[in-house]
Amino acid sequence: MTAGSWLRGSTARAVLALALVLALGAVFHADGAFLKISTHRDALRQASVYGILACGMTLVIITGGIDLAVGSVLALSAVCFSLWTIHWGWSAWLAVPACILVGAAVGAASGGLASVFRIQPFIATLSLMVFVRGIAKTISGGTKVSTAVPAADGGYRYVEVPEIFRAIDSRVLGGQVSTVTLLFAVCAVVSWVLLARHRWGRQLYAIGGNEEAARLSGVPVRAAKIGAYVACGALAAVAGICQAAQEQQGDPEAGAGYELTAIAIVVIGGIHLGGGRGGIGRTLLGTLTIGYLGKILSINAVPEAARLMLTGTIIVAAVLTQRREARS
Amino acid sequence: MSAQGVAKSSSGPRGEVEASTTLVPRLRMRAISKRFGSVRVLSEVDFEAFGGEVHVLAGENGAGKTTLIKILAGAHADYEGRIELDGVEVRPRTPREAAALGIAVIHQELSLVPSLGAADNLFLGRWPTRLGLVQEGAMRASAVAALERFGIDIDPERPVGELGTATRQLIEIAKALLREARVLVLDEPTSALQAPEVEDLLGRLGDIRARGCAIVYISHRMEEIERVADRLTVLRDGHRVASAPAADVTPAQLVGWMAGREAAEPFTRHAPPGGSERLRVENLSVRVRGAVAVEGVSLSVRSGEILGLAGLHGAGTSELLTGLFGGGGAVQGELWVDGERVRFRGPAEAISRGLALVTPDRQATGLVLPLSVAANLTLPDLRRLSPWGLRHPGRELSVASELMDTLGVRANSPSDPVAQLSGGNQQKVAIGKWLTVEPRVLLLDEPTRGIDVGAKRELYDLIERWTYEGIAIVLVTSDLRELLALSDRILVLHRGRPAAELSGLQATPEAVLEAAMGERRAVAR
Repeated sequence: MTAGSWLRGSTARAVLALALVLALGAVFHADGAFLKISTHRDALRQASVYGILACGMTLVIITGGIDLAVGSVLALSAVCFSLWTIHWGWSAWLAVPACILVGAAVGAASGGLASVFRIQPFIATLSLMVFVRGIAKTISGGTKVSTAVPAADGGYRYVEVPEIFRAIDSRVLGGQVSTVTLLFAVCAVVSWVLLARHRWGRQLYAIGGNEEAARLSGVPVRAAKIGAYVACGALAAVAGICQAAQEQQGDPEAGAGYELTAIAIVVIGGIHLGGGRGGIGRTLLGTLTIGYLGKILSINAVPEAARLMLTGTIIVAAVLTQRREARS
Repeated sequence: MSAQGVAKSSSGPRGEVEASTTLVPRLRMRAISKRFGSVRVLSEVDFEAFGGEVHVLAGENGAGKTTLIKILAGAHADYEGRIELDGVEVRPRTPREAAALGIAVIHQELSLVPSLGAADNLFLGRWPTRLGLVQEGAMRASAVAALERFGIDIDPERPVGELGTATRQLIEIAKALLREARVLVLDEPTSALQAPEVEDLLGRLGDIRARGCAIVYISHRMEEIERVADRLTVLRDGHRVASAPAADVTPAQLVGWMAGREAAEPFTRHAPPGGSERLRVENLSVRVRGAVAVEGVSLSVRSGEILGLAGLHGAGTSELLTGLFGGGGAVQGELWVDGERVRFRGPAEAISRGLALVTPDRQATGLVLPLSVAANLTLPDLRRLSPWGLRHPGRELSVASELMDTLGVRANSPSDPVAQLSGGNQQKVAIGKWLTVEPRVLLLDEPTRGIDVGAKRELYDLIERWTYEGIAIVLVTSDLRELLALSDRILVLHRGRPAAELSGLQATPEAVLEAAMGERRAVAR
């Protein structure tokens, strides 16, 4: 958070975790696959959707809350985006802001339940996670929204993939970076500015650190907290747009369990779930660690069962080292 | 320290107690001494209580009552002196050992498990079991019998968290008696109770007494002391000042013992010439969670003036300050700041009108511990320091450094986490963060709690300086000498209502204590 503490404590441990994973990749390079630039581009592209979710999750976790609805918001956004652009022919200039608005609205509902009605964030967002998944299924009619558009005669007609899908699923900077990775970077920078340089960010830290003291110091606790969930929902909507563009369809089942991956990223980055501490730098480290771990295991053809177990082990290890720090 | 203070500690309790129980005291504490570091908090204190007797332990805050009780309860194992129970020497080293010896302490914060019923709480940790399984039926039956015996009419399965404070307290007492407590310590048992509940509790003391238990009763309320005490012991500054049968002691005598004669002033304040009225409050009432905490209080403070607010634990002084600030409770009444009628819906509005509240617990409500000193110091003024929402860390640091110099905060850098500072320095930050908003009215709630003498002096100097800058101060402190030394006038509350307003020569420790304890006296004005 402050310049001096950046390389100490949890941050140093998160750097170490990433370095270990990268070293693992250098050793098990799968006949040089790990040394190819395309592998790294792919690893970053695959981690980007999770990373965008994790940025929003960081904002909420810093207030001492949690948002379990992000996976469902991702699905809702993917379904809406596909429906509006592919089936209804909306322009991207309309569809993208509309999707972000939908995500923000879900966030406002979560934040409202948590701070106005004082329902525990876990419960409030759990209920929205279920509810929003239901909306996504209703809107999509339970099926994937793709380029196969139902026609009047009961059959299907196939339409072109809209330009915006290709644009998001393309590469930039001489083909070396995926556009979604660039979008993730933009989300991370915006989140960083909000947290580290904006008044609102400082209010979020104050609320997470001691809500009562913040309130008595004149911090508008309710509004600031709702804002964190709104931002988290909006970022989840962006992630949903990216997901839809990469899959070229809006899958109402998409993003199931992604909320847990986002939380895992935040934890591996060394951010305390109690709130009041942490920052986007750590979330970035967590995203890279999880992203590269998955990639290295996959290029070495490690079965998914083993991948899951390893990921679980790493989360526990991350939390244990943090606890040691808290005690000392 | 006066002549009458050397009291008749050898005299027994009053006649109605059975002779057999009077021969050996249930509890005898002899020459108990205790130090915390270099500070001697108890000096050779003798205390004894007989079975079937209510022995009131009285004294100002910081007199050593709590330490004495904690030693008895096994919370401070390293004391000097002897403790005897029924003539046998004991040395409780942990609260568990003390409880096993039959010493039960009922604190202001009750120790029941809120989610469990009365039955489970009564048998907590001692559930009747067979093969490791709790015998629900047997437990329920004996719980019902016990509750009946103590006349507590409740459903034994209902979670005690849903019951009122008074009922929970009775359950806790019943629990102690069920475990055959020989000594029952009641530490300000009525501070959280309403008047009818106090009546009920005092009425039950007779029953408890009849069981042969020795009752040590700590209270600040004169009417209770007069009603329940068989004998009185007064502590002051860690010494036993007096011990006497209650019937022989007049309220004036008791107050005299508690306050002492030579209340040396720790600080002499030079008050600036009085200015215009900064804050006026008419007929203020505050309800906290439905209960009336403050009722019908009016006050006025001029710029440069310090108004002291005195009252015992639970008298409503804290609630008054928090309510004024829009920080909690349902507030009724009228408020003027600098002659302008105001109404606060929350702390932010109060701050924008120039009010500032220093809360009594810096760790719980004053500071954001994970954040840096600079972040804490600039939190109330964040809006002004971040035009268009964008913060300027450099400017925040320079504002913070300047404040740290003014306040004498000792820290390596304004970027250090505030949690790393010592208590006194943390307190300076908790107070100093308000100076950035240039307050017109400073509400100080226990500003010197838990800090050392040196830091206190520095704070007094700062407070004095602020009065010269035209700030009006309302001061709540449980340190009577501090209150007298700093305040221009003192408003005393008793159970949320104004009991007296004292100034100049009227403001003596005795007068404040008498009014705070509810001793009737003409309200001077």
